[in-house]
Amino acid sequence: MDGNYDVAAIRREFPILERKVNGFPLVYLDSAASAQKPRTVIETQREYLSHFHSNIHRGVHTLATQATEAFEGARETIKAHFNAAENAEIIFTAGATDGINLVAGTWGRANLTASSTVLMTRLEHHSNIVPWQILASEIGFKIEVIEIFPEGTIDLEDYNAKLALAPSLVCFSHVSNTLGTINDAKQLTSLAHDAGAMVMVDGAQAAPHMNVDLQDINCDFYVASGHKMYGPTGIGFLYGKRALLDAMPPWRGGGEMISSVSFDVPTTFNVPPYKFEAGTPHISGAIALGAAIKWMESVGLDNIAAHELALTKYAHEKLLQIEGLRIYGTAEHKAGVVSFLVEGIHPSDLGTLLDQLGIAVRTGHHCTEPLMDWYKIPGTVRASFGAYNTFDDVDALVAALERAIKMLK
Amino acid sequence: MGNMKLLEARQNEIIEEFSMFGDWMEKYEHIIEMGKELNPLAESDKTEDNLIRGCQSRVWLSAQKDEEGDVVFSADSDAIITKGLVALMVRVLSGAKPEDIANVDLHFLADIGLNTHLSPTRSNGLASMVKQMKMYGLVFSARS
Repeated sequence: MDGNYDVAAIRREFPILERKVNGFPLVYLDSAASAQKPRTVIETQREYLSHFHSNIHRGVHTLATQATEAFEGARETIKAHFNAAENAEIIFTAGATDGINLVAGTWGRANLTASSTVLMTRLEHHSNIVPWQILASEIGFKIEVIEIFPEGTIDLEDYNAKLALAPSLVCFSHVSNTLGTINDAKQLTSLAHDAGAMVMVDGAQAAPHMNVDLQDINCDFYVASGHKMYGPTGIGFLYGKRALLDAMPPWRGGGEMISSVSFDVPTTFNVPPYKFEAGTPHISGAIALGAAIKWMESVGLDNIAAHELALTKYAHEKLLQIEGLRIYGTAEHKAGVVSFLVEGIHPSDLGTLLDQLGIAVRTGHHCTEPLMDWYKIPGTVRASFGAYNTFDDVDALVAALERAIKMLK
Repeated sequence: MGNMKLLEARQNEIIEEFSMFGDWMEKYEHIIEMGKELNPLAESDKTEDNLIRGCQSRVWLSAQKDEEGDVVFSADSDAIITKGLVALMVRVLSGAKPEDIANVDLHFLADIGLNTHLSPTRSNGLASMVKQMKMYGLVFSARS
């Protein structure tokens, strides 16, 4: 299956996987919510705080120079890994949510009007819905939903029909956090561009699971979160095409984002990416995110993807042997997420009992309430995989589920 | 006049009941059993007004004052473990004086090792339900 993938060696790099929960060895199946951290990420952050910390971009002293070099080095790592055209296209944000809010607050506010239409899929996470709803309530543009098929894939016919409405913007997730569907970002982008729309991609669930080539996808904006890529929380990035970033008004005002400030003549702003990075950023987080990306590269994202696909297939096969269990999200192309329900049992009951057995899964609506409403379910139990998960983890999940179901029935 | 001793006795009874269980499974099996035994709320009482929003499971709570001046609670949930915990709360607080409900120190969940369910981060609606029960106690005692 994946004979060369040394999952035992990978697991040894994650200290948290050694701990016990409620007396059982931790089985962590919640990486879609947040991935655990390898030693190199923990060490990079510790080393930065112990030896290099200083504010960046503004000092002449040695520490300031070293901290700045490390911070900008992380930007270079992200740019190279995601194949952006230049470093200026990578803006550090607090995460994917923050990046989407930035696009809504600047590009959206400057370019959308009461007669505009914004398209988004029914699969979207609240973070790619609500910023647009807030802006729509202010500006008055229309939000149209792109429908999906029950297996969790986008209905291209409906997409094309909605593109005929001449939308200004199309928002979609690269990978669905609830169903695991991998959307064809390149195709969806190309169709949107043909219709004259800009494209905003939520890549939070794609970045940890596959190689992402931004110039190949050709989207206008792309966001990701560090903590889902084995990096720290509170850091992520927004990619935007340079010409768009140049034209966009600034977002938050403050230090670093200015060119010159005056009370007498208009204040002028810095160039991207600094124009969008007001204040002191999460320096240690950015540097550790660089380490996380290098860690993913050292394992190889193609290897991680193949391993996770094998786990997902195995989980599907095993879970479907449980009576009354239904899997939500059965697209052909899926990334490391298995959402399911057991007939007659509330997902939160399963989550509570699985936790007692040391198994960490997510239960609930996964911040995709419109999707749950569409399926007419209160939520699901979601098991999600990372580079460190094993077939034993899946077996442990299945055994625990059988035990829990017996108690609940 | 309140009778806080009644609420204390009820809590102690539950603590003693749970002390018999050897492990978490027995404990949860008992909670699930109580969930199954709790009289379900009539569908007509499962109103928006009676709904206590938790993040995951839904909890409904209704309260009336009987002729003795005691508060009678009925409650329900769509998740069985939550319903079992709800049943415990109803067992302790229903049929008590409003001022006692408002002032009682609910220590039994912590004593039986289930206090994590009361943590607001559990988002099972139970913490909000307890708050709401105490609110009923406060409102009913102000009216008497």
